[in-house]
Amino acid sequence: MSKTVRFITKNFGKYDVSSIGSYMECGGFDALKKAITLSGEEIAAIVAEAKIKGRGGAAYDMGRKLAQAKSVIAEKKVVICNADEGEPCTFKDRMLLENDPFNLIESMIIAGYTVDAEDGYIYLREEYCHLRPLLLNAIRQARTYGFLGTNILGKGFNFEIHLYSGAGAYVCGEGTALIESIEGKAGRPRMKPPFIKQCGLYNRPTCVNNVESLSLLSHILLDENKEYQTYGMGDSIGTKLISVAGNVKNPGVFEIPFGTTVREIVYDLAGGIDGDRPIRLLQFGGASGKIASSKILDTPYTYEDLKRSGVTVGSGAILIIDDRTSLIEFLQSTQEFFSHESCGQCTPCREGNRHMKLFLQKLADGTHTEKDIASMKKIAKLMAMSSLCGLGETAQSALVSAINQFEDVFHVKSSEVQG
Amino acid sequence: MEMVNVKINNIPLTVEKGTKILEAAKKINIDIPHLCYHPDQSIKAHCRICTVEVVGSRKLLAACSTEVWEGMEIHTDTKLVRDTQVGILELILATHEQNCLTCSRNQNCDLQKLCSRFNVLNSNLPDVTEHLPIHNTNPSIIRDPAKCVKCGRCIKACKEVQGISALTYAGRSDKITVTTAYNKPMEETDCILCGQCSVVCPTGAIVEKDDTQKVLDVLQNPKKHVIVQVAPSVRVALGDAFGLPKGTIVTGQMVTALKMLGFDRVFDTSFGADLTIMEEGSELLSRIKNNGTLPMITSCSSGWVNYMEKNYGDYLGHLSSTKSPQQIFGAVSKTYYPEQSGIDVNDIVTVSIMPCTAKKFEAARPEHGRDGHQDVDIVLTTRELTKLIKYVGLNFESLPEGQFDSPLGSGTGAAIIFGNTGGVMEAALRTVYEKYTSKELKSVEFQEVRGIEGIREAIIDLGNTKIKVAIAHTIVSAKIIMEKIKAGTCDYTFIEIMACPGGCIGGGGQPIKSTTDVKHLRMDALYDIDKKNPLRKSHENPDIIRIYKDFLGEPLSEKSHALLHTEYNKVKKAHDFSYLKTEEIASI
Repeated sequence: MSKTVRFITKNFGKYDVSSIGSYMECGGFDALKKAITLSGEEIAAIVAEAKIKGRGGAAYDMGRKLAQAKSVIAEKKVVICNADEGEPCTFKDRMLLENDPFNLIESMIIAGYTVDAEDGYIYLREEYCHLRPLLLNAIRQARTYGFLGTNILGKGFNFEIHLYSGAGAYVCGEGTALIESIEGKAGRPRMKPPFIKQCGLYNRPTCVNNVESLSLLSHILLDENKEYQTYGMGDSIGTKLISVAGNVKNPGVFEIPFGTTVREIVYDLAGGIDGDRPIRLLQFGGASGKIASSKILDTPYTYEDLKRSGVTVGSGAILIIDDRTSLIEFLQSTQEFFSHESCGQCTPCREGNRHMKLFLQKLADGTHTEKDIASMKKIAKLMAMSSLCGLGETAQSALVSAINQFEDVFHVKSSEVQG
Repeated sequence: MEMVNVKINNIPLTVEKGTKILEAAKKINIDIPHLCYHPDQSIKAHCRICTVEVVGSRKLLAACSTEVWEGMEIHTDTKLVRDTQVGILELILATHEQNCLTCSRNQNCDLQKLCSRFNVLNSNLPDVTEHLPIHNTNPSIIRDPAKCVKCGRCIKACKEVQGISALTYAGRSDKITVTTAYNKPMEETDCILCGQCSVVCPTGAIVEKDDTQKVLDVLQNPKKHVIVQVAPSVRVALGDAFGLPKGTIVTGQMVTALKMLGFDRVFDTSFGADLTIMEEGSELLSRIKNNGTLPMITSCSSGWVNYMEKNYGDYLGHLSSTKSPQQIFGAVSKTYYPEQSGIDVNDIVTVSIMPCTAKKFEAARPEHGRDGHQDVDIVLTTRELTKLIKYVGLNFESLPEGQFDSPLGSGTGAAIIFGNTGGVMEAALRTVYEKYTSKELKSVEFQEVRGIEGIREAIIDLGNTKIKVAIAHTIVSAKIIMEKIKAGTCDYTFIEIMACPGGCIGGGGQPIKSTTDVKHLRMDALYDIDKKNPLRKSHENPDIIRIYKDFLGEPLSEKSHALLHTEYNKVKKAHDFSYLKTEEIASI
């Protein structure tokens, strides 16, 4: 299993996750100590140089995000760690939270320092409630050691971290819904603009980052030999935590250098398919991701190559489905998820998902018509084009890519009476 | 003001920075379709039917919520935009109860208009309408979830105008509904039945309880003597539905229409309003003189009274015990009027035309009646009167101008302005001033109490003393005043409060699309009627002088107290309307 590397996971197993002393023995808080000798702009520039893209799914340039957050002038700003990790087949953030909680706390403090925020919030996936004591302990110990609170490290910098969990809605992983949830409201996304970088939690400028993106921050600051830059391929620099699951022998989280081929991921890291069956399809980036056939196996796992093959990195999930599940069954399962998780406030997503579920049932029953396929394409398009938030926009990614890549499945047999 | 240059469908225009695409398009006479957008509310961006193409944008953008930027190029009419808008419309239709022909909002429905505009003829989508129970357990408002498009306008009205939030979203995905907490009947919530939700609903999902058939039936009953009273604010709003310019005064046509409908007598709630001033003014003077509970607060607005009973039960002593004009008229119509006319009270049916849905509830209160009958039997909103006029096929705008009947058909200018926020205050001051100072009030217009601000204050010079008064409209504003009273920091002597924005001219029973602009026109119209009325003080109304001489004695007399005053009750638990006498009305 030498295809994995250890950069973001370098602390895993090295210290006692319940002890700040243990963390500090292996270099804990050195990154923060370094950070406070730099300006926020300088830290943002270091991140930009490493070309880190946001790991939540949207792949927004993280250096740019920090620089923008820093440049906003406001009395109070907020940093949020999005630990909602609601995307199906995605469980890499859990590994970071379980194995390296202090690094996340340290990185959040650095992020707060970088953008001049006084408050940081960790929005922890409700289903990860078993991690609450671990994180609360880490926050408490960091406070005892003076890494949180007022005048941190004598630099006049004040920062506090609050831990918050919602009620388990997938949509709360969306930045604005997450904020609504923290504010105690129902988790329904806000319209944009205003953008949360200007007006977010409690109307304060807010910088939201994924657990993995934030966790990278400490490591990048201490990476003076630029080890991170030695990994990767093309514009996809560095390493990536991926979650691999489905019909594979060895599902799990792996840190890979960008450029590892999908075949290496599926057959070497994940041990190949259960019973060595043929692959029906692979889905990249979770339930909101696109799907591909086994033709993608030799594609290197980079932002650019995956895009060329019609899929995206997204949340870093790879779901492998073998021939025991039909394409339509798979799509129905994905649809079931979105029909359940749509917040329901905007028409395209609420009603679109409702009808897509019915159309997929017709496909499963073999009673669909050309008109139905046309309607599905039309609804999928309007959902992507006009939904209020990213949930509605991407809910039909799997279906649209399925129609493109598995066209024959959607054919209506000519003998059937056309509706 | 910073300006930005944009292009809409290649037409260049310059608009203020901060303008939304939808508003910018209006300036060049392009109506971008919309459902959840309402000019008086904050932006929701839920329905997404206003999506347009903006050059350089990956997705379509909602025109209601997106501000224009310098150099923005907008296209409102591309194939993608049309396909999306029509597609969204089809999605809404598939989940909408399409019994349009028998819907209360037929031909007055935003959804219907959009379907007509986009020529939606058929759709491949199955009907997925969920037939949830219709909520119809109170006398004022009916909600039909199957017609709800989940636009959220009612939620915003209840929250932003009234600060009550009786309605909210519940559930998610295709199970989302607009409902009350725990799906309780409206009357068991904090709802005050003001009906502001029904004025902003784009469809027939929230409507007034329709009592038009009751009126049609009773008008056909030869044994009954059916009289009608019309509230001041109806005469400046009724014309809307007949295509007349907003704010047109249609008093004469309205009276003629009511006579042609078959009402035996057409009277004016203004008469009741003048009586209200006599009683309420005297009550105020009495409270000032006898160290009674002050500040005294008006109680004409039945939505407001509902709010007080539900939320400030320990402060009901501040409410004037004088009944509202509707109920004063009702009491007189079942006592004085039979005496004067010689008609058996048991044959008299009193109908009200009100700008208000809460008045239906008020009329059904058990305390507003005597000897087994209610003072007011049936209440119709302005919207329902519109339907009646259309029902009998009257060419309303061409009707000759009729005159109110005697003896309950006269009202002074003071009574007319009851329909505006600040109007009751002004009317009261005109009388209180003269009663208190025994001097003639030369200038009857109290400009300082007029206006549209949520809370207004004025200091009134009564010669040897000055009193501080306040006017508030909407419950959001009223709450601020009540909290002052609660905190003991309120130095007002007299307060006028109206539940609805703008007062009755913006009531929950007024025509759909009573936007703020329209309310201003109606306010001006009422002040205009007042100005042209030779009698502008309630105590100068000869019919009022006569009723005191012949029947009531004097204000606050024993008889006045029995007929024209009422009591309020703290609502401790959920409202139960089973005791209301609404069903008996049907058997008239």
